[in-house]
Amino acid sequence: MSDQQRHPTGPAEFEKGIANAAVDVASFEEDAKSPLDRLQHFLHSYPTSIPFIVLLIGFAAFSLYVGPRFYSPFNLGLVVQQVTVIAILGVAQTLVILTAGIDLSVGAIMILSHVVMGKLAIDAGLPVPIAFTLGLLTGLVCGAVNGALITFLELPPFIATLGTWNVFAALNLWYSNSQTIRPDDLETKAPFLRMMGWPLSFGGRDILTLGAVLMIAVAIVIWYVLNRTAFGRHILATGDDAEAARLAGIRTKAALFAVYTICGLICAVAGWALIGRVGAVSPNSSQTANLDSITAVVIGGTSLFGGRGSIVGTLVGAVIVGLFSSGIKLAGLDVLWQVFAVGCLIIVAVAIDQWIRKVSA
Amino acid sequence: MVGKTIKTLLAGAAALALMAGSASAADIIGLITKTNNNPYFVKMKEGAEAKAKELGVTLQSFAGKFDGDNDSQVDAIESLIAAGAKGFMIVPSDSSAIVPAVKKARDNGLFVIVLDTPLDPIDAADATFATDNFKAGELIGQWANKTMGDKAKDARIAFLDLAANQPTVDYLRDQGFMKGFGIDIKDPKHYGDEDDKRIVGHDVTAGAEEGGRTAMENLLQKDPSINLVYTINEPSAAGGYEALKAAGKTKDVLVVSIDGGCPGVTNVKDGKIGATSQQYPLLMASMGLEAIETFIKTGKKPANTPGLNFFDTGAVLVTDKPVEGVPSISVDEGLKKCWG
Repeated sequence: MSDQQRHPTGPAEFEKGIANAAVDVASFEEDAKSPLDRLQHFLHSYPTSIPFIVLLIGFAAFSLYVGPRFYSPFNLGLVVQQVTVIAILGVAQTLVILTAGIDLSVGAIMILSHVVMGKLAIDAGLPVPIAFTLGLLTGLVCGAVNGALITFLELPPFIATLGTWNVFAALNLWYSNSQTIRPDDLETKAPFLRMMGWPLSFGGRDILTLGAVLMIAVAIVIWYVLNRTAFGRHILATGDDAEAARLAGIRTKAALFAVYTICGLICAVAGWALIGRVGAVSPNSSQTANLDSITAVVIGGTSLFGGRGSIVGTLVGAVIVGLFSSGIKLAGLDVLWQVFAVGCLIIVAVAIDQWIRKVSA
Repeated sequence: MVGKTIKTLLAGAAALALMAGSASAADIIGLITKTNNNPYFVKMKEGAEAKAKELGVTLQSFAGKFDGDNDSQVDAIESLIAAGAKGFMIVPSDSSAIVPAVKKARDNGLFVIVLDTPLDPIDAADATFATDNFKAGELIGQWANKTMGDKAKDARIAFLDLAANQPTVDYLRDQGFMKGFGIDIKDPKHYGDEDDKRIVGHDVTAGAEEGGRTAMENLLQKDPSINLVYTINEPSAAGGYEALKAAGKTKDVLVVSIDGGCPGVTNVKDGKIGATSQQYPLLMASMGLEAIETFIKTGKKPANTPGLNFFDTGAVLVTDKPVEGVPSISVDEGLKKCWG
């Protein structure tokens, strides 16, 4: 429908200035459109497509510059292996950020949980399934502590998880005594803990590991919860406008508490993937995981203001970081440019997001 | 005015007390390490604690929160000055940034011994007790060169380094290895400026397993024909080995490392690492403490190792495959002396 039909008497005085520009963008006539306009329109309709576009541009650029070493299935498989742990943490972080919160302790929960799994299985000699379950439970309890501080004591999430990050990190150092559990011990006594590092072969080469399957499985489960269950809608509603959600009869406190608890549990699952990845249980691993998970979420197009975002976007966000890191290294550039590129990606991702929403507003 | 007089008097009294320099049971001596989460520093603390007990001094230990945490170390030095400590040992997280704080401590009459990582400039401390990291690198470089024999001239070398900012220990070990192997190192304070065709590339590991694995994967992707891997320390070597294992290349690749921690030496025993240069953190700390105590008692400063501008606590090559012309000890001996 055109402007004229809505206003038979012609546009109002104050609308005269924008009569041309706005109509062009919003009209659906297929002929008089440049590809850029069409792209713009497409982005309005599907804001989560931005990370996919960044991924494709990055992939194309590095493929041209580096060549088959970069775009070979083997290297792409490596990239997936390298980002698996951060992607799983990112899924947990997405849940929290959708509620307009943040969890700075995800990395610390992961490390603590995986140390519990390793130490109970190897040093305490507990049966592996029990050690594994207690490790998952550790993550769950850490998450519940975060949830309790945020919902019942009503601390701001940033402050509460900043505190628990330190607490969990210190507990990890105390419990582990900073000692790494060696791969050989795990191999002989608890191969199950290393399972996520088992290779998956395609065409005779080990392209992926089971960790990738775990990552996809976690993402699917959380995607389903968010998009197909009442609980998921409660989370999104709480993130979008907590007060409105409460007035609509949603038990927002219970929803928030559940989100942080589930987040903790997923962090422990990421710890399982980490054992597979590293082969050992190292209490000094993943020092930057807390912030790396937030990076993946942001580049994946989830809004830090809550209520808008996607699990798939986060997976893509994690892969973007891995792909750029891989490309920069294979191009033979100094590592510091990788750090530089990730910084630029964060800024570009958020800037595009803001711009798109401005245009569509 | 009165305040000033009192201050002068106090300062005078403090100076007198220092000159008198009699060590009493209550002498406070500090130990500041980079972090608490590295067995190397845990061992150092144990060495210092044992020595402090023996000498009857009070040891106060501090550590940064992470590798590179300069602020916590500055705080620790200020606390020691305030506590009236006689001196302290420090493993600097940032060799240059800590210098002003160290100067302040020395101006206040504290005797400062630097352990493990020299300050920049090295003479900003009263003495330095360290492993010659360059020499530790040289040893494994020479060993790798001799072990490869004729194949050394066609070697394909991967470097698993520490961090993008190339701290002292990082470039010293890396460049030492290169020199030992016979590579022209250009600027000895920086790696990555060499043009030797045998170098496949450098990547950083943060000195941990996870970083080692990712770095090794990337370098193998760059050049699958890698047959020699230099690693900054044994955890990064363990991570690198996992990547080599996943790529099915453990048989044809030689891995060398530095540190001599027990898990690392065990990996030499298992054949995952060909050789490692072992250093002795416990020795460093206990000798450092002894030197401070000697200074308090007699005013005598420790002498440097001839030909070096610090006291070398020694690095020894540990391997079960010794080569001509490079002194080494066996793995079993290394296991007796290992730490962590």
